[in-house]
Amino acid sequence: MRFACLATALTVWILSLGAATAFEIEGERHYPAPEGAVTLRIISTADINVFEPIILEFQRQNPGVGIDYVIASSTELMRAIYEEQEPFDLAISSAMDLQTKLANDGFALAYSSFATEALPDWAKWRNQIFAFTQEPAVLVISEADFAGMEPPKTREELISLLRENPDRFAGRIGTYDVRISGAGYLFATQDSRNSDSYWRLTEVMGRLHARLYGGSGDMIRDVASGRLALAYNVVGSYAMSRLPDYPGIRIILFEDYVNVMLRTVLVPVNAPHPSEAGLMVDSLATLDSRPALTERTSLPPVKASGLQENSAARPIRLGPGLLVFLDRLKKQSFLQNWTSSMEQFVR
Amino acid sequence: MRAMLGKGSIRRRLVVQLSLIAAVLSLAFFLIVRAVAGQAASDTQDNILAASATSIADAIYSERGRISLELPYSALSMLGSISQDRVFYRVIVDGETLTGYDDLPAPAHFPKPSEPVFSTLDFRGEEVRSVAVGRTVSSGGQAIRAAIVVAQTRSGLAAITSKISATSVAVGIGLFLFATLLSLLAAQSALLPLNRMTQSIKRRGPHDLRPVRTEIPGELLPLVAALNNFMARLRAALAQSEELVAEAAHRVRTPLAVVRTQAEVALRRLDKPEDRQALREMIRAVDESSRSAGQLLDHAMVTFRTDHLQETRFDLGEVTRETCAHLQPTAGLKDIALVLDIPERPLPFVGDPILLQSALRNILDNAIKYSPADSEITVTITVDRHYEISFRDQGRGFGDVNTGGLTKRFARGGNVADVVGSGLGLTIVDVVARAHKGRVKIRTNTEGPGACVSLVLPLH
Ligand SMILES: Nc1ncnc2c1ncn2[C@@H]1O[C@H](COP(=O)(O)OP(=O)(O)O)[C@@H](O)[C@H]1O
Ligand SMILES: [Mg+2]
Repeated sequence: MRFACLATALTVWILSLGAATAFEIEGERHYPAPEGAVTLRIISTADINVFEPIILEFQRQNPGVGIDYVIASSTELMRAIYEEQEPFDLAISSAMDLQTKLANDGFALAYSSFATEALPDWAKWRNQIFAFTQEPAVLVISEADFAGMEPPKTREELISLLRENPDRFAGRIGTYDVRISGAGYLFATQDSRNSDSYWRLTEVMGRLHARLYGGSGDMIRDVASGRLALAYNVVGSYAMSRLPDYPGIRIILFEDYVNVMLRTVLVPVNAPHPSEAGLMVDSLATLDSRPALTERTSLPPVKASGLQENSAARPIRLGPGLLVFLDRLKKQSFLQNWTSSMEQFVR
Repeated sequence: MRAMLGKGSIRRRLVVQLSLIAAVLSLAFFLIVRAVAGQAASDTQDNILAASATSIADAIYSERGRISLELPYSALSMLGSISQDRVFYRVIVDGETLTGYDDLPAPAHFPKPSEPVFSTLDFRGEEVRSVAVGRTVSSGGQAIRAAIVVAQTRSGLAAITSKISATSVAVGIGLFLFATLLSLLAAQSALLPLNRMTQSIKRRGPHDLRPVRTEIPGELLPLVAALNNFMARLRAALAQSEELVAEAAHRVRTPLAVVRTQAEVALRRLDKPEDRQALREMIRAVDESSRSAGQLLDHAMVTFRTDHLQETRFDLGEVTRETCAHLQPTAGLKDIALVLDIPERPLPFVGDPILLQSALRNILDNAIKYSPADSEITVTITVDRHYEISFRDQGRGFGDVNTGGLTKRFARGGNVADVVGSGLGLTIVDVVARAHKGRVKIRTNTEGPGACVSLVLPLH
């Protein structure tokens, strides 16, 4: 995801495209092992400052394992594993559809341990993909714009609110540009599956000249700055982690349904060190049992109870259903529909 | 005959054969269940594959002269709902791949509409089940053929099949064990009448040759009939030989009596002492022979009566006194005194008095026979935990003869080699004692000379 690099002020090297690899990376960081010679190569869409605590904790427990952490967008990750078969030990991505395709097409190793067995059924597929975070898609609003007003609780309420107040919201709605964002596409396609109101909402947003974004971080920042009154389908964990910095924003979980995106990990078939990779999978699968660590990463870990707390939560189902929206024709027609709804007027 | 050769028990044979049948049936059960359930599971997969392919076929449409497809979400998600298998699909229009995995093998022939073509093949390193569905789409007035191929790996199916196999193996084994247990019980109960019959024959006394009357199953009737027939013949043969002995003894005794009378008449007429002595010797020999014949007769009688024991209640003291009185004259000939020490009170006993008389007579007869003249024979009855009727004489005793063997038929002791005898006396005593659940005690007197022979009988 592109927003991964936005908030980082770390020693992230931007590698030139002239390097040995043809897929594009956004950053890389090396964590050498104090002892031992094994180095795990991880390709991930997660931002380094989010993931670093996990790596450090892992190395504390496994001092013999060095880690090479490479950040790439979900599309580039797909290209690295699927097309170029780069020898990575782990692929971590929030693009559930692409991870599913990797497993379905035979690019993932099966792995099983006590830790993975303990995961709920919806959090794994074929013992090849393992979810370790659950991240709801939320509505982020600016409190100033909703002063003295009840914020919408469902999508229907949001639609009528927007219809009734075109002046207030024109040009001040933010959402993903599903043509460039993997997470945005995933949320949008699941929305279109879950309810008929999605297309009406898209049309309303298009009529009100919604601004399109590539990442959640930018949307949150713009809501906080007052440029946007609301942002639809923001990754909840990012919004939560920014709450302390941006006091003026508020997070709304819809009551009709909440898509929950699962961040997943898989071990590619050509992983050079599958057993050490398995240790990392275990460490991620047991994130829920280490609250001190999750606090530092701001990643909401997978927990079976997390779903019961909110009956509207719908974890996006891993499995072949996710391949449907990756179908060439399906994607083409979905984007066409989306574009024509969103861009009814030339801005 | 096979039955003669086969040494194994009927029960083992029954159990082995029934278990074998159970094993065969259990195996058949396992194979049938596995085949049927496996077929059902793979039919289910085929049906879902066909439904998926059909729903894709239904979503093909033509727009502005171009064929396109709106892949339905359910087409692939339904395949994910039964198992976590990998899924592949391909849509071919007019020979060109419209969308999907273009390396997924297409059917060799265009599948007829409404007739899905199923096949199992290797794709991307795994066995997959694939279905091809044909559809004709009209586009721009032209009929265009579209083929939809949907394939799925079979690990879910394999898991179901192996679970079914495991279950049917477990049930098969259980069935087998249960059937074996039942066959054990069945064999047991089938052989019950045979065991019952065996027990009832085993319990019989040595002379009991009555026909078998226990309840028996039809299969054993011929065997039991043969057995009864055999015993009847045996009984007849025994009776015949006893009759023969009795008859023979009788026929010998009558002429002997005549010879004795004639000899006594002659004795009276003779004067010469040596002639008289010779005649007396002759009379004694005749007496001895007649006694032997009488004992043979007695023995035959005793054997017959013990086989058909007729029990009555009588007084043991009374019978003993009678017997003594009966032999008093014989004792008197040798000046032997019979001293009776018998309680006055009644000594009730249940048995055959004639047999007992015969036994007591034989004991007393021996005592008189083996005692010197002018001696005493003491007859006592003691009542302790048994009745013990003892005859104590002052004769030669048993010396070092093995008294255990004296009750055998025709057995005689070495201590009486100078006296003629049949060797049947104690045999008769022993038979009578046994028939009344008693025994004979034979021993040499501890105080004084002579023998002591007792009949020990149970109190009732
Ligand atoms: N009262 C007795 N005194 C000594 N020996 C005896 C006496 N009674 C029996 N016997 C011994 O027991 C043997 C068997 O007795 P029995 O059967 O009556 O045959 P038999 O008197 O015809 O010889 C006799 O041959 C004798 O040796
Ligand atoms: Mg005798």
